[in-house]
Amino acid sequence: MNGFDGTPDLIPVHVAVNSEPKISHRSSGLYPMFLLAVLATVMMLFAAFTAALIVRRTGSDWVPVQIPSVVWLNTVFIVTSSILLECAKKAFSRGSGSQASLWLGYSIALGVLFLIGQLIAWSVLNDQGFLLSTNTHAAFFYMLSGVHGAHVLGGIGVLVWTLRRALAGAYGIDQYRGVAHAAIYWHCVGAVWIHLLVLLSIT
Amino acid sequence: MSSAHAGLPFWRRYIFSTDHKVIGIQYILTAVFMALVAVGLSVLIRMQMTWPVRLWPIMEQLLPTAYEGGALKPEFYLTMVTMHGTIMVFFVISLALVSGVGNFIIPLQVGARDMAYPFLNMLSYWTIVPACLIMLASFFVEGGAAAGGWTSYPPLSALPGALPGSGLGQTLWILGMALFIVSFTMGSLNFATTILNLRTKGMSLMRMPLTVWTLLVSSVLGILAFPPLTAAAIMLLLDRHGGTSFFLPEGLVLGGNVLAYEGGTPLLFQHLFWFLGHPEVYVLVLPALGIAFDVVATFGRRPVFGYRTTVWALIVAAVLSMIVWGHHMFTSGMNPYLGEYFSIVTVLITLPFAVIGVNLVASLWRADIRLTTAMLFAIGIISAVGTGGLGGLWLGTAASDIYFHSSVFVVGHFHFMIGVVTSFGIFAAIYYWFPKMFGRHMNETLGKIHFWLTISSVFPAFIGMHYLGLGGALRRVYDPTYYEYVRPLQEMNVWITFLLFVAIAGQLVFFVNLFRSLFWGTRAEANPWNGATLEWTTPSPAPHLNWNEPPTVYGGPYQYRVNGVGGYVAQHTPPEEIKCPVGPHEG
Repeated sequence: MNGFDGTPDLIPVHVAVNSEPKISHRSSGLYPMFLLAVLATVMMLFAAFTAALIVRRTGSDWVPVQIPSVVWLNTVFIVTSSILLECAKKAFSRGSGSQASLWLGYSIALGVLFLIGQLIAWSVLNDQGFLLSTNTHAAFFYMLSGVHGAHVLGGIGVLVWTLRRALAGAYGIDQYRGVAHAAIYWHCVGAVWIHLLVLLSIT
Repeated sequence: MSSAHAGLPFWRRYIFSTDHKVIGIQYILTAVFMALVAVGLSVLIRMQMTWPVRLWPIMEQLLPTAYEGGALKPEFYLTMVTMHGTIMVFFVISLALVSGVGNFIIPLQVGARDMAYPFLNMLSYWTIVPACLIMLASFFVEGGAAAGGWTSYPPLSALPGALPGSGLGQTLWILGMALFIVSFTMGSLNFATTILNLRTKGMSLMRMPLTVWTLLVSSVLGILAFPPLTAAAIMLLLDRHGGTSFFLPEGLVLGGNVLAYEGGTPLLFQHLFWFLGHPEVYVLVLPALGIAFDVVATFGRRPVFGYRTTVWALIVAAVLSMIVWGHHMFTSGMNPYLGEYFSIVTVLITLPFAVIGVNLVASLWRADIRLTTAMLFAIGIISAVGTGGLGGLWLGTAASDIYFHSSVFVVGHFHFMIGVVTSFGIFAAIYYWFPKMFGRHMNETLGKIHFWLTISSVFPAFIGMHYLGLGGALRRVYDPTYYEYVRPLQEMNVWITFLLFVAIAGQLVFFVNLFRSLFWGTRAEANPWNGATLEWTTPSPAPHLNWNEPPTVYGGPYQYRVNGVGGYVAQHTPPEEIKCPVGPHEG
């Protein structure tokens, strides 16, 4: 009899002597399921924003703005960051933990650069006179990049935590699921950005 | 409580606890407290509905800002209907039925030692506490609490100057709701992962009790439906405080001045709101039905009829619930073809619900029924779902809804579905699992008084509202005698208010019973009802972490009447220990 996620129905019950017994986990399936559910909320959130933008752009007052070109550089940052994360996973699978930590570090740095770049895009748009209250297209850009940025920030937090664990030697050749799960989240957040960019660029 | 738990200090055991059972009870008690506020508001609403022009000098002394000169201010009436709805839907029913009962029962019924993420669980409860406090605090800010309706449609909710309650009160409403959404999403993530990943050995999906199934479906709906409301709330906040025009059209006039907004559409908010709003109804109603199945099986001593069809009907109902939201907006302006679509899919929902309803009734067929209080409430759920569901047919069809929309008919309908069905679910769950929660029984005589006072008042009251709506009485109207054509129906409003007081008397009996039983109830053994599901394998009250090693499951949750009348096979009984002429029933 197999469980929903295909793992055998056997549960390791950890009962340590003289300490509080741990909660038994089907750990192999638990985190992917949690991740899937979290990603579902993220996808539904941006699906709603997408629907809102498609409806709202038919409004009589819609004046398209030129999205600051720095966002294309930012897109390169976040895509590269995702690729480096895959390199980190490869390095873990080869057993070279220090190399993997390096890739992880670069990946985090690019994530931070992405956020800084988005802030620059905000200030460029602001300097052009497109404020939150004066242009709805610009308002969508501020809002969507802001909400997306919050998800990127959360991702950076997870990656930093992963890096700390990597530096502490928590991951081995067959034990880097934490990195793999963080990478799935990070790729999805990157994909959401590309979706938003296309959505905001079509005029 | 077990030794592991006993080693923890009091505040870690009962205040900042990570034990799913303590958190579940915390949720229920919080909901009970919020219910006192919401019921208090309903009393004030009914007083206004019954005696719209009377002066209340006593009320002026109690609530001087709301009853200036003894007469209720119209804007406070709007605040009351808004906050009654908001608190009841999100801070009473959601908390008690889904978060409360769900937390308590999911790990016990699937054979897990706790939730998948106990810390996240604690965090989710401690996010709801500030949300409740913000909602309550909003009554005391300038202009009072939000008054734009529980749906918070713009422009009333988007323009701080539109109503007295559209100011700080509305901002606090949005913040409180944001915290609620965060908390509920954390809870749903925890529920879904626990149910899918922490089931004990042998507990396949098709061996799960239906309460767990309904809570799984409800969690998945919560995960998918709440984010769009978050998006709407962010845009609403930006419209209010950032000067954007997402929802605000041009030409709005406030205080004689034309506002600078342009191009936005309030319809967009309505779509996003109801994309959550309709599934939210199922998030609340389905767990009550699941509880009804569990209670009916235990006290009917026979297997649930059509377990598999029920599971599939739940899933079909859930999928349909996400594509029917437009039936709340037939009168908002909509392409007639779209209205036709929303009518058809809405009426389609009767199919899975008919399956569930028939299965519930058939589960009583030739059953060895024991009319305990929990069983009475479970049968009450079946009746309320059927009665309330009939009204839904009229509201789901565009042609009739255009007449009924915004009438008291709607109020009667949704009070049946997310008022009576859900609160009966909470009561059935409390009477049924009270021994497991506190190791004591609730008093059955007081319980039955509670049940009969409640059902004999809420049914006629809400059916009465259907008639008022048929007569054309509108909801949210400050003075029900304002329109001459509904004045002849005013006597019905007096009766409904009288019935409300009967219902409140019933709830007082419940409170007395609850607190009396907590301390002086008769002691309960581990399995007082001879239930076949896993929660009854733990001692009463269930200890911290439930089992040292969760039991292995060999059969379905409703193996009753397999060993002659009254006999049953528990889920954890190995096949070789079953001594019965008939083979064990698999689910």
